[in-house]
Amino acid sequence: MKIQISVKNFNFFYGKFQALRDITFIRSFNRMNDLIASVSTEGEIILDGENILELDPVTLRKKIGMVFQRPNPFPKSIYENVAYGPRAHGIKNKNQLDEIVEKSLRDSFLWDEVNKDLNKSGLSLSGGQQQRLCIARALAVEPEIILMDEPASALDPIATLKIEELMQELKQKYTIVIVTHNMQQAARASDYTAFFNMLPDRAGYLVEHDYTQTIFTNPKEKLTEDYVSGRFG
Amino acid sequence: MYPEDLDKKVYRKVIMSRKLFSQKIQNIKDEVLLLGSMVEEAVHKSVNALKMRDAKLAKQIYQNDIELNDKRYSIENAILIVIATQQPMARDLRELASMLDVISELERMGDYAKGIAKVAVKLENVDLKIPMKEIEAMAELSIGMLHEALTAFINEDAKTAAQIPYEDDAVDRIYEDIYHKAVELMMSDPVNVDNSNLIIWVGHNLERLADRVTNICERTVFIATGELMELEVDEEDDQLDLE
Repeated sequence: MKIQISVKNFNFFYGKFQALRDITFIRSFNRMNDLIASVSTEGEIILDGENILELDPVTLRKKIGMVFQRPNPFPKSIYENVAYGPRAHGIKNKNQLDEIVEKSLRDSFLWDEVNKDLNKSGLSLSGGQQQRLCIARALAVEPEIILMDEPASALDPIATLKIEELMQELKQKYTIVIVTHNMQQAARASDYTAFFNMLPDRAGYLVEHDYTQTIFTNPKEKLTEDYVSGRFG
Repeated sequence: MYPEDLDKKVYRKVIMSRKLFSQKIQNIKDEVLLLGSMVEEAVHKSVNALKMRDAKLAKQIYQNDIELNDKRYSIENAILIVIATQQPMARDLRELASMLDVISELERMGDYAKGIAKVAVKLENVDLKIPMKEIEAMAELSIGMLHEALTAFINEDAKTAAQIPYEDDAVDRIYEDIYHKAVELMMSDPVNVDNSNLIIWVGHNLERLADRVTNICERTVFIATGELMELEVDEEDDQLDLE
């Protein structure tokens, strides 16, 4: 399934502070996208024909699952962490919930490690497991897009590798947008890369957006070239 | 070193493999093998065209050579992308760097086949006793060496690779035969001089091809050991050297 995201003259402010300036791009995805620098949300962002800024947050969160830098499971059991989203969207049937929990945990490569005790607290897991639990939680509502904001930066190298391998599997079914400051991770894991930079007033703007292989072998912008080759930034 | 108390397989599973990365390298290896078989076929065809005095077949090789060059560039591009995006290190890096070298050797070998095809076109209607038996034997040996060298390369079999250059002696000996036969033809009738020279050209191309096989073997040793070294075989003094 292809997903189209178009962003038009998009500006974003925290109070008076402008964080993003005049972002415009359009792309159809069925693969993982990747944003090197950090992004937030005004203007117009069209996801499959709908302006997401006009959607209510619950609907939006069903479309876009989020995974953050620090693993943030709810202080509940593993089962409840995953079942939380589907319940909020009205699924009450126990069998159905069981199924969703198992499938989501399997899809996030966590099932084999936790299936013996799903009632254990999510907080008792290791950092890498917690992050995969958060991914399972995002998958449980079957979003169209999963937004991962630095999902591995708080993890050790092995847990990071697991998350990256997991992304390769998940991208077969979901569009993943990952924000990362780790350039090697962007290069390794993504199909497209968008490079953002900021001006002296700290407002971010889009420098270049292209296939990852192009960004890292033959970018169009000098600024991108300097950044990926470590001469700037 | 893997911890000794852990079964290697178990440990590998724990740390997980970079599946996608390994797959990308494997795909490139497959493409290198394919390029190699294209070269083998081109050499085979060119010698056949010379034997059959078939200019039409020879001209097919010109076309094949374009495809061969395209394939080389597409592999080169794929290797550069993997280097730029996957941060290969240690053996992976040696392997990818070596493949860059090997594909350029293969492309040059393709050019030798094209050179032989050009001779086949020139000699199509020429009445000349071409020492075909020797040329075919030389081609057979060279192609055999190439095939073995690529197999060793793909299997990272440094031991076999280090032995292959010794086979080059036999190739050089046939080249000498061809050279002497061509000279005899020239001496028997000066009208043959230009065309006999083309026969030496064919022999020279096959001799160079076999030499380049040695370069592929050197890369195999490099992948396995990390050492860049020439696999030199002591050459006899009376050997012909047109370099």
